[in-house]
Amino acid sequence: MAQPRVLVIGGGLAGLSATMRLAELGVGVDLVSLVPVKRSHSVCAQGGINSVNASTRQQGDNEWKHFDDTVYGGDFLQHQPPVKEMADWAPRIIDLMDRLGVPFNRTPEGFRDQRRFGGTLYKRTAFAGATTGQQLLYSLDEQVRRWEVEGRVKKWEFWDFLEPVLDDDGRCIGAVCQDMVTMKFRAFPADAVILASGGCGLLYGRSTMSMICTGSAVSRAYQAGVKYANAEFIQVHPTAVPGADKLRLMSESARGEGGRVWVPRTPQDPRDPKDIPTSERYYFLEERYPQYGNLVPRDIATREIFDICTTDGLSVEQDRLCVYLDLTHIPRETLDRKLGGILEIYEKFQGVDPRDTPMKIFPAVHYSMGGLWVDYEKSASGGLAEGSPRNQQTNIPGLYAIGECDYQYHGANRLGANSLLSCIFSGLFCASGVIAGAGRGGKEHGRLFNAAVKRQEDRHQAILSRPPGESNPYDIHGKLGDVMTRAATVVRRNDQLSQAYDEVCRLEDLWRHCSLSDTGNWTNQNVVFTKSLGDMFPIAKLILKGALLRDECRGAHYKPEFAMPGIAATDPVEQRAEAEQWCDRFEANTRKWLKSTIGTHGADGHPVITYEDVDTTLIPPRPRLYGLVGGEVIEEVWKERQAEAAEPAAVGAGS
Amino acid sequence: MIRAVDNGELVAGQQAAASQPREIRVRVLRQDAPGEESYWERFTLPYEPNMNVISVLQRIAALSKSHDGRHVAPVAWDCSCLEEVCGSCTMLINGRVRMACSSLVDNLFEESPGEIELRPMTKFPVVRDLCVDRSRLFRSLERVKAWVSVDDSYDHGPGPRISPEEQEDAYPLATCISCGCCMEACPQFNKIELGRREGETEEAFETRKQEAYDKQFLGPHAISQAMLFNGHPTGKMNADERMEALTGQGGIQMCGNAQNCVAVCPKRIPLTRSIARAGRAATVWAIKKFFDR
Ligand SMILES: Cc1cc2nc3c(=O)[nH]c(=O)nc-3n(C[C@H](O)[C@H](O)[C@H](O)COP(=O)(O)OP(=O)(O)OC[C@H]3O[C@@H](n4cnc5c(N)ncnc54)[C@H](O)[C@@H]3O)c2cc1C
Ligand code: SF4
Ligand code: SF4
Ligand code: FES
Repeated sequence: MAQPRVLVIGGGLAGLSATMRLAELGVGVDLVSLVPVKRSHSVCAQGGINSVNASTRQQGDNEWKHFDDTVYGGDFLQHQPPVKEMADWAPRIIDLMDRLGVPFNRTPEGFRDQRRFGGTLYKRTAFAGATTGQQLLYSLDEQVRRWEVEGRVKKWEFWDFLEPVLDDDGRCIGAVCQDMVTMKFRAFPADAVILASGGCGLLYGRSTMSMICTGSAVSRAYQAGVKYANAEFIQVHPTAVPGADKLRLMSESARGEGGRVWVPRTPQDPRDPKDIPTSERYYFLEERYPQYGNLVPRDIATREIFDICTTDGLSVEQDRLCVYLDLTHIPRETLDRKLGGILEIYEKFQGVDPRDTPMKIFPAVHYSMGGLWVDYEKSASGGLAEGSPRNQQTNIPGLYAIGECDYQYHGANRLGANSLLSCIFSGLFCASGVIAGAGRGGKEHGRLFNAAVKRQEDRHQAILSRPPGESNPYDIHGKLGDVMTRAATVVRRNDQLSQAYDEVCRLEDLWRHCSLSDTGNWTNQNVVFTKSLGDMFPIAKLILKGALLRDECRGAHYKPEFAMPGIAATDPVEQRAEAEQWCDRFEANTRKWLKSTIGTHGADGHPVITYEDVDTTLIPPRPRLYGLVGGEVIEEVWKERQAEAAEPAAVGAGS
Repeated sequence: MIRAVDNGELVAGQQAAASQPREIRVRVLRQDAPGEESYWERFTLPYEPNMNVISVLQRIAALSKSHDGRHVAPVAWDCSCLEEVCGSCTMLINGRVRMACSSLVDNLFEESPGEIELRPMTKFPVVRDLCVDRSRLFRSLERVKAWVSVDDSYDHGPGPRISPEEQEDAYPLATCISCGCCMEACPQFNKIELGRREGETEEAFETRKQEAYDKQFLGPHAISQAMLFNGHPTGKMNADERMEALTGQGGIQMCGNAQNCVAVCPKRIPLTRSIARAGRAATVWAIKKFFDR
């Protein structure tokens, strides 16, 4: 049989690693991207990439603990087999990237250095200065360039993916894309299509993400029938630097290297931060979470920073919400060596040297845990069955999703430095299954491709020929961002969510009538943006609807109305009683809500939401007790219950 | 209570700097398509504090009106990361090649209060307005084989041991964002602009373009990348192939050592150090080749 040809949409870490592996296996790849792949959003990742390593291993760490930290940090919302497989692969992935030439920071003896990231007590994170994503992306870009020279890969840069093409049996046989320079359309027949199109931060207006993270590709797949899961789980990163055009990330590595978060105990203390004595500084994360300190999981750090500014009124500034992130106690030389890249960003964009003056930061939308629903095949050992075409396949056969655009690995909250890992892992791992499952391709389906191209041409033409209207797409985008940021970030309330849903529908209506300022057919960025804006609404509605329906707190999804506060009692007996109740409630909530939210695109444009069980067969869900008052008592009760539940089974096994 | 939530922003705006101009006058050198005449267009925007050139261009796109109120198509430009790491947004700002995202309006006003001039790079063919075709820059990376030639992507244990000194030497070179600033500034790097001929297929045009690129100067970034990989313990194994490219047509001998490149590199990559190393390596290589004959 002739080797299959695969179409990969997106050349970030996920798309490039899949392309590299496929090319190596002899498969021809068409690689489509909005920008030259070397400029993909992965280039922004700063902090690092996680794996168990020789040093942590000798301190008692192992792959299982990495797996456990990931599902515990994610509040158990992810299927466990894929996460286990990823954690098992992690050390090999870092080794591979090392061989490809990634200049990881080194110890004096010449080994890879590691730093600590949030949600773990081990130093698992390998890094290359403060531009780890850039370095990983470049190494993969280089390998793919090598395959390009060999003729195995053809890149289509400055091309926009518009729709997957399905045959009469509903199998994906290729796609239609548009050249963003000439504005020409083209059908790409393929034996399999892999979406690796990254996140959708732009539907929040400003975020830590790049301008190409519109989510347009996933939305188009969703509108074509792919299920979208856990949309409501959007990670808000605790530390970003506000800007008019973008909220620039200040990586978790700043805290990993010893950065401390604090506010003056006196609200809006006008003194220079360096003149405020330690006793008058409130290191609130360290005080409230003595074990993890500044490195609590992201959802918790974000909420604490948000609360200290809003509820407690302790924002550093009067008319702007922010707290200090302080590195000034760390030697300059260390900072330059380990964090140079991000400190330069702060310096360049804020005009202040963070080595001398504490930075001012505030949370910002950062990552989408949810994404296209993908399947997996579990192996006998509890991981994934290598080479199964089900791995990473969406509900449309022949259409796969990998990287940030799938929902598979991070549950309700992603741990820092786990995304680069999941991107490279899913890209490498899916390749053999994609080949095994490759179809006959779309070559003999000229009719279907012609119809799809025609559909896209018509849509394009209809947008171009709209009569002059009142509103322009950029204003609508700004409004969408405001609505989403207000309703669906750190704190969520049902009344606000349903109101926001209506507003988004109104904005979508407005979008249908917005007019273009450029109606030409050459490098028309105006129409490309307008289309991607139109495709933001379906995902925005999914996020809001999912959040509205989910009446609980889990990971990044926080509704105060359904929060489970810690223990109030001080008397040990009452404490125990409260802990028992707490555990009852936790168990009931788990039964009700430990489920993936599944969204399908309804014919009327509204999402239809259903729920699917989560595979938690490897590690039973347990309460996430980071810093909760009375957490020790709850943990005690919880452990007793677990032991009791396990006992009959043990007896049974013995008889 | 929750101010941030109520005003629809996670982050409230920054404070206005005192005594800044009330408006920004922007002059853009536009071109509708390759081969067409370029022309100047002016825009006037209200001043806001803490803007960069990207936010200026965003405002222009939303406005779509020239300074005299005429309706015009928004200016086309490339950008993505907005934090000077993707290399997309290179342009000539007030006559100097630099990144639009990290060019802050308040700083530009120190050069020329109230005014900003934007032009596309001159060493690459204009696609439209401020967008240029930089495919030649990536072709140069192919010419010098800027990669480590690994056997495959399976597990073979870790890469080579590398001392911190070697890492600190290599890392800066590895941070090249392929922006093209150095090529724009280099007197030896000249524009190559070809048009597609009547009846020529896309592939044939592509090949003709690459052939034209391959005869001309590689550019400082590619020389530096060649040095990066020739310095890597595994990359070294293919050092000869890179030296062939560096000493071949359009190679290191084209460099006149004007050092303009290093002065404009936004990532402050030690290009002249790489070029000096490449020069020395080329001499050694020439002698070796002479004796190997
Ligand atoms: C500032 C920042 C710092 C981060 N730091 C870390 C970190 O330290 N550690 C960590 O683990 N994670 C980090 N992350 C998260 C991580 O960077 C991303 O999740 C990851 O890089 C996503 O990679 P990807 O391959 O899925 O997609 P991307 O890198 O986003 O690539 C998407 C690709 O799809 C293409 N594409 C999109 N839409 C279309 C379309 N319609 N048509 C054609 N092509 C399309 C794009 O052109 C691009 O090539 C960070 C994220 C941000 C924002
Ligand atoms: S030193 Fe060489 S490469 Fe750099 S600008 Fe001068 S001629 Fe060009
Ligand atoms: S060497 Fe510097 S100026 Fe040249 S492309 Fe790289 S980053 Fe840009
Ligand atoms: S937008 Fe990425 S470098 Fe300017």
